[in-house]
Amino acid sequence: MILLRTLGLMLVFLMASLLPSNAAEADLRAVIAKFATGSGFSATEAVVRELAATGDPLVERPLAALAEGNLYIRKDDSAVFVGNEAGDSVTLLDPLSGESAGDAAKADITKIKVNNTLRRVIRDALGTLTLRAKDPAVRIAAADTMFKTPDAANIEPLDAAIAAETDAKVKALFEQARAASVLVSDKPEADKLAAIALIGARGDRDALSLLTSVEANAQGAVKDAASAAIASINSSLALWDAGQNIWYGISLGSVLLLAAIGLAITFGVMGVINMAHGEMVMLGAYTTFVVQQVIRTSFPGLFDWSLVIALPLAFLVAASIGLIIERGVIRFLYGRPLETLLATWGVSLVLQQAVRSIFGPTNQEVGNPSWMSGSFDVGQLAITWNRLWILVFALTVFGVLLYVMKRTPWGLQMRAVTANRRMAASMGIRTPWVDALTFALGSGIAGIAGVALSQIDNVSPNLGRGYIIDSFMVVVFGGVGNLWGTLVGAFSLGIVNKVLEPYAGAVLGKIVVLVLIILFIQKRPRGLFALKGRAVEA
Amino acid sequence: MRGNFATITKMFSAGVVAAGLSMSSPAKAAEDTIKVGILHSLSGTMAISETTLKDAMLMLIEEQNAKGGLLGKKLEAVVVDPASNWPLFAEKARELISKDKVAAVFGCWTSVSRKSVLPVFSELDNILFYPVQYEGEESERNVFYTGAAPNQQAIPAVDYLMSEDGGSVKRWVLEGTDYVYPRTTNKILEAYLKAKGVAAEDIMVNYTPFGFSDWQTEVSAIKKFGSAGKKTAVVSTVNGDANVPFYKELGNQGIKAEDIPVMAFSVGEEELAGLDTAPLVGHLAAWNYFESVDTPENKKFIADWHKFIKNDKRTTNDPMEAHYIGFNMWVKAVEKAGTTDPDKVIDAMVGVSVPNLTGGYSTMMPNHHITKPVLIGEIQADGQFETVSQTPGLVMGDEWSDYLPDSKDLISDWRAPLSCGNFNVATGRCGGKGTN
Repeated sequence: MILLRTLGLMLVFLMASLLPSNAAEADLRAVIAKFATGSGFSATEAVVRELAATGDPLVERPLAALAEGNLYIRKDDSAVFVGNEAGDSVTLLDPLSGESAGDAAKADITKIKVNNTLRRVIRDALGTLTLRAKDPAVRIAAADTMFKTPDAANIEPLDAAIAAETDAKVKALFEQARAASVLVSDKPEADKLAAIALIGARGDRDALSLLTSVEANAQGAVKDAASAAIASINSSLALWDAGQNIWYGISLGSVLLLAAIGLAITFGVMGVINMAHGEMVMLGAYTTFVVQQVIRTSFPGLFDWSLVIALPLAFLVAASIGLIIERGVIRFLYGRPLETLLATWGVSLVLQQAVRSIFGPTNQEVGNPSWMSGSFDVGQLAITWNRLWILVFALTVFGVLLYVMKRTPWGLQMRAVTANRRMAASMGIRTPWVDALTFALGSGIAGIAGVALSQIDNVSPNLGRGYIIDSFMVVVFGGVGNLWGTLVGAFSLGIVNKVLEPYAGAVLGKIVVLVLIILFIQKRPRGLFALKGRAVEA
Repeated sequence: MRGNFATITKMFSAGVVAAGLSMSSPAKAAEDTIKVGILHSLSGTMAISETTLKDAMLMLIEEQNAKGGLLGKKLEAVVVDPASNWPLFAEKARELISKDKVAAVFGCWTSVSRKSVLPVFSELDNILFYPVQYEGEESERNVFYTGAAPNQQAIPAVDYLMSEDGGSVKRWVLEGTDYVYPRTTNKILEAYLKAKGVAAEDIMVNYTPFGFSDWQTEVSAIKKFGSAGKKTAVVSTVNGDANVPFYKELGNQGIKAEDIPVMAFSVGEEELAGLDTAPLVGHLAAWNYFESVDTPENKKFIADWHKFIKNDKRTTNDPMEAHYIGFNMWVKAVEKAGTTDPDKVIDAMVGVSVPNLTGGYSTMMPNHHITKPVLIGEIQADGQFETVSQTPGLVMGDEWSDYLPDSKDLISDWRAPLSCGNFNVATGRCGGKGTN
């Protein structure tokens, strides 16, 4: 059977490369037509296997379409088509040639259902078929699939592919995939030991998974070699795990920093206990949503730029709401922290309910631009793009803010008013305006934090609630009135939290962090970096 | 801007009307209408889920009135807002029953809110219809559970994953939010899996707080657990808001449904509406209803809903169907009893059978739970579920789990001679665990 299949494969490869045969195509069409006659997943699976067994590269199109749920049957004549959905109608394409076959209303066609098992079968089948694909990325995906689903029948096509491969990286992956298949074949022990050595050198979780199942089923030298390889992979993975926890901590720290940095201005610099801070973050997130809606309906080509466009708008929206709050409420309450707390709490409820009334209580979908989706590997570390960009963004915002505070006249005035209001007023600084603008700046920064957080969290009216406690924690821990304190506070809380989490669990981890902060505040009531001087007593 | 302002004004006036409804109930109106209480949070964290149910109830009541009302009287909805505040649920329930004199109440979402109103309903002897899937281990005379008990959702879901179609899963991650529903469900599932021969080291249980948003560690732990050479699946009782970041992280870390499928019990069409579902295709959910179910009843329900809510994009979901069933059952029971007196209606409810939206009939059982089909669906790119498996017949809700040592001997039967919510068949006595 295996021999036959391989022979067939080689034959088809030859045929496909020399002359596309009409007879073969007609046969394929006959097989594809069977999709319409059978019912249920097992019937579909049988057809998929039959198609895959032909080994004809032409079947890639219908199989890939099936895996994505884009293969349809026309109800009139039971013909099978690849379909592209466009609103209420579907554009039909010929399953083999890809030529257009007109449109059809959704009601006139039925989708061929797929489930996970089927998707897996199709993926495996496509893996064998795409070993010779032109695009190296497709070949890598094929090698990956074959590595995860080893099959003795894969060895021969892989051998052929290895011989023809010119790209060293792809070749190495092919060899690993071949080694994986050798382990489940009936090859001699020496081959298997070599295969284990090759896979052990790969050293990632997939290798570990494969070796664990080999260890469970093998005997003698193979089992021992597998155990040894597992042990060595495990010890190197343990190191990577530690590194991963630190990275997660940094990433959580960057989120905390983003959420807290606006508060570091309104609460840290100005001393306003601003309970509506989280709602500023939420407004930023909703601005992103509105921007994306407009882009989706009017300028779909700009979608990848939506976040960049949303940034200044979110800043403006949140800053102007902040300005209104300061002028309308907070300026009457300076020096009365309890009233400020209650008033801003009330404002936060008003803002939440307003957003709920306008946009509805349900979550809004904010899409991730392509450059913020997926992940890449550094060694055994999987780093997700969105987290990396958020880290970069948080540090940039921090840098810009630091520059504004330390190097611009406006920053100087802000610091002057904070340090000694009456003296600053005597020097001709219009302190009420500085207050208003400072509050607007803090709110605006919270708004742009919302743009970033919309990428990793829910965009719902409750978005701000989740961040307000953490933000206060960071600012108080880092030291009120000190931007550097906020930076250090955010990252240390993030890292401590994430290092604890694998051992203590998320719930207990959070409690431990809170207890630690309480103890720390007992010892150092002014936080990590306490402001010294007259401002402290004011 | 104008549009927004108009919306705000509308909302304000709607709020005033709602407040007026609950406050001004002149005696005259009380005589020619039957009042129905709606106890769902319209603000606070749970508003995201519960507001939809309030709207669904208003639609059902409007439709019933268009059909001529009930017992020759018009139905009148009394909407209150318990604001996601559990003690306030009890207060508002008391207000509905004592002050507004409602004939029945439809409401609650979280188990803790249900537990908080139970004493009020038994003290004042009224009826509560509870529409959400829950952990079981409870049966009250005054409550009708129209959502799924664990055996109508969790157990069939796990059975599906164990089957060949579901991928013959051998290793299990039970991931949940840290509160009573996930904890009890996971306890039942753990016992069930062990009874099926799954070893303890092949089960990983993990809990996260409400509204959890940083899933990096958890997702990589799942990845690690899944790389032990055995087919692994995640059974998720993660609740509400925490799901979006959870699925985003799964997508970003490249966990595909073909490799490690996630079976969710709290993720419906409504939750998916806030997500880009392309990376989630193939992940699963178990419910008793999907919006994609192709039946004439469901088509009509969806069309009515879109018309009522004036938005073609709004989805329908399982708890809405539960209210649909519960409301129709109540209407039928009131007609049967010829009165809205809660005592008589409670007795008339058992055995009432009404059409559900999945093409069959649901019947109220003596344990105050209903019969339902169980559907397993895969998430599609358009945010809908495609049914991949369905129980052959209806499943009867089992309130006391057979897999927990404490409750395996308990049954519930609210019919006349027994009339007990926790009858112990081993000792032959009414009472024991769970006398909430």
